Amino acid sequence: MSEYRYTVEVTASSVSPLAFDPSRCIGCCRCVEACQIDVLLPPQRKGGVPRVVWPGECWYCGACVMECPQKGAIRLRHPLMNQARFVERASLRDEAPGKLP
Amino acid sequence: MEWPYDNEAGLLAEEDCDVLVLGGGLAGLHAAIAAAEKGARVTLLEKGAAHRSGAAGTGFDHWEMACTNPGCTVTPEEMTRALEEEQDCFSNAIGHYIETREGWDRLLDLEKWGGKIRDTEGEFTGAPFRDDATGLMYAYDYRNRYTLRVWGTTFKPALVRRARRLGVQLRDRTEACALLTCEAGGVKTGTGGLGFDTRTGRITVFRAKAVVMAMSRPARVWLFHSDLPGLCEFRPLSSIGSGHAMGWRAGMAFTMMEKSVRGEFSAAGRSFPPYGTGNNHNTWYAATMVDARGVEIPYVDRDGRELKTVLERYLPAPGQKFFLKGGVIDEPKYEWRGPETLPFDELMRRGYRLPFYADLTGMPDSERRVIWGMMVGQEAKTRIPIYENYTERGFDPARHALQSYGTGWQSAAFLAQERQLFGAPGGVMHNWNLETSLRNVFAAGDMLYASDCAGHACATGHWAGQHAAEAAARAPMREAGRDFVEETRQRLLHPLTVRDGLDWREINAAAAKAMQNYCGGVKCDSLLRQGLEAIGELKQAAGEISCRNPHELVRTHEVSDILDVCELILHASLQRKCSCAPLFFERSDSDESLAAQERCYLTLWREDGAVREGKVPLQFYGDLTSNYEKHREGGGLDE
Repeated sequence: MSEYRYTVEVTASSVSPLAFDPSRCIGCCRCVEACQIDVLLPPQRKGGVPRVVWPGECWYCGACVMECPQKGAIRLRHPLMNQARFVERASLRDEAPGKLP
Repeated sequence: MEWPYDNEAGLLAEEDCDVLVLGGGLAGLHAAIAAAEKGARVTLLEKGAAHRSGAAGTGFDHWEMACTNPGCTVTPEEMTRALEEEQDCFSNAIGHYIETREGWDRLLDLEKWGGKIRDTEGEFTGAPFRDDATGLMYAYDYRNRYTLRVWGTTFKPALVRRARRLGVQLRDRTEACALLTCEAGGVKTGTGGLGFDTRTGRITVFRAKAVVMAMSRPARVWLFHSDLPGLCEFRPLSSIGSGHAMGWRAGMAFTMMEKSVRGEFSAAGRSFPPYGTGNNHNTWYAATMVDARGVEIPYVDRDGRELKTVLERYLPAPGQKFFLKGGVIDEPKYEWRGPETLPFDELMRRGYRLPFYADLTGMPDSERRVIWGMMVGQEAKTRIPIYENYTERGFDPARHALQSYGTGWQSAAFLAQERQLFGAPGGVMHNWNLETSLRNVFAAGDMLYASDCAGHACATGHWAGQHAAEAAARAPMREAGRDFVEETRQRLLHPLTVRDGLDWREINAAAAKAMQNYCGGVKCDSLLRQGLEAIGELKQAAGEISCRNPHELVRTHEVSDILDVCELILHASLQRKCSCAPLFFERSDSDESLAAQERCYLTLWREDGAVREGKVPLQFYGDLTSNYEKHREGGGLDE
């Protein structure tokens, strides 16, 4: 028995990089084993989904999704501030024609 | 909540091997495999899980400077000289020469072990970047063919399989915390390393005859975000230069540590996800760029001649043998300057309107598919969060244009004090065997000074592994210093004894702010000295961090390493007295009379509690070809 006792709490962050779909996740924990930052912990009880304990430490590499055998069981999402914009190419028009280069 | 893993805090285990490899990224795995192939008993420590860990664990999309591939027209000598002159000789010619000579061999190894390096399905048959005889796919300079597009998502799993097959002991979830050394015949010599189990807290003494250090370059030094620590840098959160820190503590010599650059595209919270915005560099070379009105932005060659076709963006200018593009190449000198869109200032002058967009819609089908499908699909951190997520959001490269931010590929406007070790930064000083100043301790990949990119990591990893195996065959197993082990054990576990103390993030944030204040864009002696004092105070404060489990301990160990790295950078900056443009090193109190004297590698190391300084001539490595032959496998003699 170690002289030190371990406990753990979720370390709050303003972002939620990972979302699990409990209807698709089979609890195999390949994502937990793939994450090099170890932001996940295995489910507390059998049949549960992994817990995102350190969401702020995610570096958005996508290894968890790449290793997941159940498509759609994990969603990785960059925070809103990181959602780059894209537009229909055809919408880019010269509204007020000036001196063309 | 209860901790789900075993509790082994305080437990001290011991293991022996011939070669100990620290770090299980591309460089570390190549080193382990090369040493095992030579018959060494190899143990590799990896903080994450080697299957997908490291900067390129989830992939990379092109392999640079593979000069011996069958399509390439540039010799290793020419390429190494070009890279050297491009960086005003503050370059790593030994590393680059190994990379240019052997990078292609490493690719063939990877293919043999299950990696994908050519278009075997004929997805791009007939494309101008594909050699239809070999299926190899080239990037950048289609005529000279030194850089290959590769399916990097297949590489790490293939390397792990190969290492296991050779009997390499892969210790996943083991943080390398310290180098073990002893004095042997008056020379400081490596004798192994200490590993910390990131889930159970067990500490293991790994005794070894030789060590290969293959860890990341430092990060989180100037850039940190307490709420989003995972988004503050380019490389993984866990890759922060622990190798540099433990080397510094052990007395290893470093060079070019005064070099840092203003943040670029790569701090994903401050900017945007790398390769996820409109740009025309690297993965996205040579995307068509348009302005807010949809007017195309011209590409020009080095003489300002406007290029009419997409294909011309991939060809050298008339009279130019080859051009340089890639990881460390920002604004090349005229001789190697490749096709580029007009400079930003010129575009503003001519009335182009922001925002700009990357526009693949009008590009040839094969170029569009290779950029968006293959490259963005294979680069690290882009397959899921960019390629898949943007596709889910409805992005269609044949219909949509992707917005740019900042002035193009930087995707944000960083301040001068928001710095990074990027663009071939400083690192470990080494000889032709990639041996460091500590005997039997070798280095590879990101740990080497002026190192960059995946191909370089693989080639130098293999080289270092071979030489470590040769050294191990001659070296005896030595005892680890008991006092040092006990002292380190206390240090690693101490935060478990602190109640209601500080959070590691508070120290990291304070260190980053101190570095921005005292070691920013323009440096001077008095500020740098203040910086050393501030970092010293933070080292004291770090003793007040409290942790509840091994995960938090690992983050805390990292912060303590970051503080050591800060100290190393501050000392290196104090050492160089004259501003030096190639190192992006600017002083307000620059002593210009030293300019010529300081045209060299300044080296520094710790000895008996003091910082020692040295000077090494820029071209210390001598003739490339003959030295390479002398030091390659079987030909190696110690220096």
